[in-house]
Parts: sequence; structure tokens; C-alpha cells
Amino acid sequence: MNAKPYKREIPKSTWYLGRRRDILHMLSEISSLFIGIYAIILLWGLTALADGPGAYQLFLQRLTNPLSLGFHWLALAFALYNSISWFNLTPKAMPVQLGENFVPGYLIVAAHYVAWACASLFILFISGVIANG
Amino acid sequence: MARSNKPLVWSMFAAGGTLAALVIPALLLVTLMAAYGHPPSSLSYDNMHDFASGWLGKISIFLVISLCLWHAAHRMRTALHGLGLRADRTVAIAGYSIAGAGTLLTLWNLFQI
Amino acid sequence: MNHKLIELEILRYRPEQDQEPWFQNYQVPCEEDWVVLDALNYVKEHMDSSLSYRWSCHMAVCGSCGMMIDGDPALSCKTFVRDLPERAIRIEPLANFPIERDLVVVMDDFVEKLERVKPYIIREEDKPLGEGEHLQTPAQLAKFKQYTLCINCLCCYSACPQYALIPEFIGPAALALAHRYNQDSRDQGCEAREDVVSANEGIWDCAFADACSLVCPKHVDPASAIQQMKISSTIGWYKNLLGLKRS
Repeated sequence: MNAKPYKREIPKSTWYLGRRRDILHMLSEISSLFIGIYAIILLWGLTALADGPGAYQLFLQRLTNPLSLGFHWLALAFALYNSISWFNLTPKAMPVQLGENFVPGYLIVAAHYVAWACASLFILFISGVIANG
Repeated sequence: MARSNKPLVWSMFAAGGTLAALVIPALLLVTLMAAYGHPPSSLSYDNMHDFASGWLGKISIFLVISLCLWHAAHRMRTALHGLGLRADRTVAIAGYSIAGAGTLLTLWNLFQI
Repeated sequence: MNHKLIELEILRYRPEQDQEPWFQNYQVPCEEDWVVLDALNYVKEHMDSSLSYRWSCHMAVCGSCGMMIDGDPALSCKTFVRDLPERAIRIEPLANFPIERDLVVVMDDFVEKLERVKPYIIREEDKPLGEGEHLQTPAQLAKFKQYTLCINCLCCYSACPQYALIPEFIGPAALALAHRYNQDSRDQGCEAREDVVSANEGIWDCAFADACSLVCPKHVDPASAIQQMKISSTIGWYKNLLGLKRS
């Protein structure tokens, strides 16, 4: 063991830019920012709802602001990325062992995608985004 | 080496992440319609007030807003650290305070409806 | 045999002469079936005997020859020259470890962390020899077998962004080994390891980047081990909070 081992420093804020894998990881982390901001928007709507019809109408009107529109598309992209990357990783956190074998990972992922489709269709149906008869 | 108390925030992060993955894209499509000036009739004041008056509505609204806030607070704590902001304790307190305040505001508003 | 001239760009560091590491280039006549290790051995035997690097089995079971090849951690005995892009191959010592000399890194941090997780069967009371061996069904073996495959090559530590940013992080391989023993039906040491595993610098510094599992040459999937421990530790934490006994 020599007295002069060399420690390589990594750039503190830009280390992830050199590799696609690292960039994608940071993007999925940052997706949570958009989910958080959306939750605050929903909270804003809830507050307006509690304040009364006037305040609520103002909230709906504010949603048509170009900033809100831009945010929605950006948030949608990040939310979709979060869903896909989240579900793809679930078999690692919850392996299902049957006897000596494990349920193949893709089946666990598929089950999550089915649940996602059902939840989404349910929300779109009861909210009237998808026509209901 | 003390055992961490991160399980508390991590469990909320995990629950929030799962819930967000399942419902946020669809919810975004609903409010996207409103953003284009054509909110579906379900978003009218009367319909939303009715929804938020019931227990199912209150629980749904509370879980979506609160868990998403805790999910974002915990995940952005790690993200900001990775982006070079090393003051973890400060970031944690700031993030969890926002999530906590949001949770309380949600409860307060739901209580009033 | 067909020889193809391949350029190797190797990071050198001789502590007695160099203040900083620097790249040295070699033109190596490579045969079609060579791995990067063969090219390194050619350099050492025919061109520059001063080049230092670790290797042993040449068959991806000993874990000695881990290094950065074109920016990604890999075993040099498992990386075929023909699979790499047609330009100079950049070879550097494993990232996130101090350089001892040339491609040799200081592994002490890992070894210390490995010892900390108590990677051996822990029993409340040893089974007397007269009672015979511990019996284990194939299903019980399957529960932890994949985590036994770790060869301590440290590729996962080199890929892990959290280990790069947080040197105190216990890291993928050590934590995967803790899980290997926790899952072993012969072991009763879960609680004994919990202080280390559940510390902030244990499983909780992991951000599930999954880079460790992507680079692991033995498909151990340390990321899965850590996520499973996060879940079991969280359940235990809540049980403790509610005054219930941890199982």
C-alpha cells in the first residue's frame, strides 16, 4: 500500500451528463417535481372549491393560462415516464416465489400495467372525458 | 450506527409513487381539458362539491394530494443532492415542511366542504 | 489467426513519479477471440512490463479484473475486443475508488463495509455436530441463491451514483450480501445486521438508480436485494413503532 493513492473527483452537479443511464435516472427523479407541483395545483383547486363558486370559477379560468397549459404537457410527459419506469422496477422490490421458481418479472410488470389501464379508464370514464353512453 | 427513521418518509414516498403512477396521468388528462377551456361537466362546481362532500371523495382527494406531496418531497431531496445541492438537512426540512403544510391545508379544506 | 491493430488508451499512475494520472497509448495486434485482458497481457509481456493491473482466473469467477472500459465498469476477461466500437479503447481503474497504481484500486473501503454487514451464518445457538447438518429445501435455497453469486468485483460500486456522491454509503455488494444471509433459512442474524443495514448509510442512501444491477457481470441484482430490505425494514420500523414484536 503506497502512501499516495490518487482520488479522482467527480463534478458535483454535472456528473450524470456523461452517461445515458445516469441522465435517465435523474429525469425519473425530477418527474417527482412535476407530480408535486400538480398536487399543489390540485390543492389550489380544492381551496377554491371550499371558498365557493366564484373562487372555483376563477381557478378553472386560471387553468387556461398558457403557463398552466405548458405545465400540463410537461407534467404529462414526466408522469408517463414515472409510471413506466416505476412499474418496470416493481418485480425487483416484490419477487413472487412459487416453490423453487419465481414468477417471471414481465408478468408482475404486466399486472401493474393492467391496473394502470383500469384505474385510468375508470377516472376518464367517471369524469366524462371518455363518453359514457 | 443508529437505525434510520427514513422508513417513515420512504413509506409515504413509495405509496405516493405507486398512487401517482396509477392515477396522475389520467388526472392530468382531465385537467388538461380544463386547461384548453373545455372542462368536462364533472369538473363543475356543483359536481366537484358533491364529490368532495362524500367520504369516498374526501379520502380520494386527501390521498392523492397528500401522498403526491410526500412523494415529491422525499424524491426531490435525493434529486437535489444529486444535482449538487449538498445541504441535505435543510432540503429535507424545507421539502417535508411543504408536504406537511399541504397535508394540513388539504385536511382543513376538506373539513370545510 | 487474423490480427487487428487495436489502440488501447490506458490510464497510468505511478505514485513514485506521477503527481496525477495520465493516458498512455498502445497499438496492440489483437486476435479475433481476444478479451480486453488478453490485450493487457500482450502489453505487459511484449511492450511495457511496468503496466500494473489485477487479474487471475480469466473466466469471470474471481472478480479480480474489474476496470472501466470505455467509461463503464466491467470485467476485462469478459469484455470481447470485437464487441467494442472501432476506435481507441479507453481503459481506466474502477471509478469511485482511489488509485493505488495504474489500473489497481484501493479496495479497503469495500472490505471494511463487507465486514460490517456480518456476511456469515449467525445462529442464536450453534446446532450440535451430533444433530447433523442444517437441512434446506430447494425452495429455501432458491430464496437467496442469486445473491450468493457475488464475486466482489466492485463493478457495482463503480456504477453506483450514490456511492460516488456519498462515500459513507455501504454500497450494493455489501448490502446484497447482508440480504443473502438474511434470506438464508439457516441464518438467525437478521436483527444482528439490522443496525448496519438500516442505518442512513445502509439501504437508505440507495436511490434505486439500478446501475449496480445493470453492470453486474454475475447478474446478482443487488438493487433488488436493497429494495426488498427497504420494505422489510420499513415493516419492522412500523411494527416497532406500534409496539409489536419484529418477526
